Amino acid sequence: MSPRVVFPNKVLPYLLLLPQLAITIVFFYWPASQALYQSVLREDPFGLKSTFVGFANFRRVLSQPSYIDSVQTTAIFSVSVAFIAMVIALLLAVMADKIIRGRGFYRTLMIWPYAVAPAIAGMLWLFMFNPTMGTFAYMLRSAGFQWDPLLNGPQAMALVIAAAAWKQISYNFLFFVAGLQAIPKTLIEAAAIDGAGETKRFWTIIFPLLAPTTFFLLVINTTYAFFDTFGIIHAVTGGGPGKATETLVYKVYNDGFVNLNFGDSAAQSVILMIIVILLTAFQFRYVERKVHYG
Amino acid sequence: MKIQGFAAGIAATFTILSTSTAFAVTEISWWHAMTGANNEVVETLSKEFNESQSEYKVTPVFKGTYPETLNAGIAAFRAGQAPHIIQVFDVGTGVMMAAEGAVKPVADVISMGGSQFDKSQYLPGIVAYYSKPDGTMLSFPYNSSSPILYYNKDIFQKAGLDAENPPKTWPEVFEAAKKIKSSGAAQCGLTSTWLTWIGLENFAAWNNLQYATHENGLGATDVELTVNTEPFVRHFQNIADLAKDDTFRYGGRTSEAKQLFLSGECAIMTESSGGLGDVIKSGMNYGLGQLPYYPDLEGAPQNTIPGGASLWVFGNKSDEEYKAVAAFFNFLSQTEIQQRLHEVSGYLPVTLAAYEATKASGFYDKNPGREIPIQQMMGKEPTPNSKGVRLVNLPQVRDIQNEEFEKMLAGEQTAQQALDKAVERGNAAIQQALGN
Repeated sequence: MSPRVVFPNKVLPYLLLLPQLAITIVFFYWPASQALYQSVLREDPFGLKSTFVGFANFRRVLSQPSYIDSVQTTAIFSVSVAFIAMVIALLLAVMADKIIRGRGFYRTLMIWPYAVAPAIAGMLWLFMFNPTMGTFAYMLRSAGFQWDPLLNGPQAMALVIAAAAWKQISYNFLFFVAGLQAIPKTLIEAAAIDGAGETKRFWTIIFPLLAPTTFFLLVINTTYAFFDTFGIIHAVTGGGPGKATETLVYKVYNDGFVNLNFGDSAAQSVILMIIVILLTAFQFRYVERKVHYG
Repeated sequence: MKIQGFAAGIAATFTILSTSTAFAVTEISWWHAMTGANNEVVETLSKEFNESQSEYKVTPVFKGTYPETLNAGIAAFRAGQAPHIIQVFDVGTGVMMAAEGAVKPVADVISMGGSQFDKSQYLPGIVAYYSKPDGTMLSFPYNSSSPILYYNKDIFQKAGLDAENPPKTWPEVFEAAKKIKSSGAAQCGLTSTWLTWIGLENFAAWNNLQYATHENGLGATDVELTVNTEPFVRHFQNIADLAKDDTFRYGGRTSEAKQLFLSGECAIMTESSGGLGDVIKSGMNYGLGQLPYYPDLEGAPQNTIPGGASLWVFGNKSDEEYKAVAAFFNFLSQTEIQQRLHEVSGYLPVTLAAYEATKASGFYDKNPGREIPIQQMMGKEPTPNSKGVRLVNLPQVRDIQNEEFEKMLAGEQTAQQALDKAVERGNAAIQQALGN
């Protein structure tokens, strides 16, 4: 549909791609290949002795009950974060679209949290809700609510989900606002003239036309929840209480850098890599079919 | 993962740059984990050493928390860019000891500098902990601490308790905590930092109980945990019962609970003597006491075991560099340096001479309670149960114990179940770390 750009020079396109390629090689392919290599080795922390063990690390990891628990934790965490972050962002974007006065100001405020680093976002929520020093925690406790995420697993989970979703709302909001602006006003007006109410207009016109944006955000939010939330979990709960908030990526860190078990940790990161590749492939194969690109 | 490697790379580059510019002076790097007032001590000591002579120069580098410093050291070693000296916390001792070939025993380093390491000058408990089973001193004791009891005198008075005589035994502590809660003097009676270090490792030594086989791992690495015996179960069931109505409150896995004490929410706390600085700073009306024990247990109170950290020297450095390290360690062992370290930081003096000098100066008369951690550690000749705990993967074992404690305090399991699981999972983790 769109006209193709053709480069007359054969070398130039590769030159232009080079910086991006270099970054991808240094920060993705090289570490990923190291992880693959490490995952078939057994090594002491200092790397003094290493032996090739084949798939022994994978077998051990997959037979651990705590690994299966972590898969479950990750599923609950990721689905909740992606769902909450997208629903709230969509709601806010639709609202923001209706504002006439101070629209730019309102949008700027909405986008701000995205600039906050994950670890700092975690600290913000921790300061508000930590039972030993948090203001909101104090208010909850004085109101008679047994708020103790240090010991109560579901409460700790709710806290990290809230922090992770809060941080991602801005990003989603930005894309939803752009998506909404691309919807021709004439369609909505035509529907309004035909007598469709606001809710009906949203579900029959706006929501389907936003599908490409929603799909894109679904992919992005899933990978965000899988990987980028490490800082938040590290700052807020450290994977606890018990192992209630130990997601797969946190377990990779914990087994590798706290327990100094590099073989198991590398095997886990390889498994994690496969899970995310499969998940993304699945999304593109099955979910994208339902997406209509205008 | 990526960031750490990258940071290690940058650090390595700086090391190369800084060593290549030095010709006459031998430079050595010291990676440490000291913050706040303790960081200032590190900076001052290095500066004084550098000014005291012109041959050697020590550069201290702050590398984050204790575990982060250890990980940075390991990453740097793997990249062939290890620092000369690294501060490793007590818990990492087993990790470092297992890395023969990566580290150089301190005894060897000192003898390369032309003198001998005189063990008799150091506090016996500390020397034993940082030595190999054959007696070779492996690391240089730098900062040592011991858990003690802190209490809020104002709350004690409000609750009608004797503010000048803190409870001595655990049953007395629990009674006092209940009275504080029921009288409404405070929201919570008791809390504790480091449940694993204080409630298991020191609890075992102080009550003369076995923590693990083979002298708690000091005799051999292939050990089995024994922390699910009756006294441990009884102690933690008591705590779990008190936690039901918030008479005991949990703060977190490390020193977070200190906040509960400083804010006046909890009246009694067991915490490291190294945490005294913050308590003094808060300006509260506090009192200090010995770590509580169970009077019916034979031999209790025995002695506490050292916490804190020691300095390790990495292998594969030049003779000249080892001489520099030896000179620095000799500098650190001086009585006046040790005495100042003790008085400023709240950590224990590691030489006997420094302890005697502090005593003679009248410091303990002016600061009652400051001698408690030393007396606890030195009071009795250590038994096989009280020389210390050393496991190849103690950080991991502590994590497992913390996870089970958290489930217990949340009411999901009893103390017996928690400790049984902690032992079972801990033993499996030890076997895996040993490669069996």
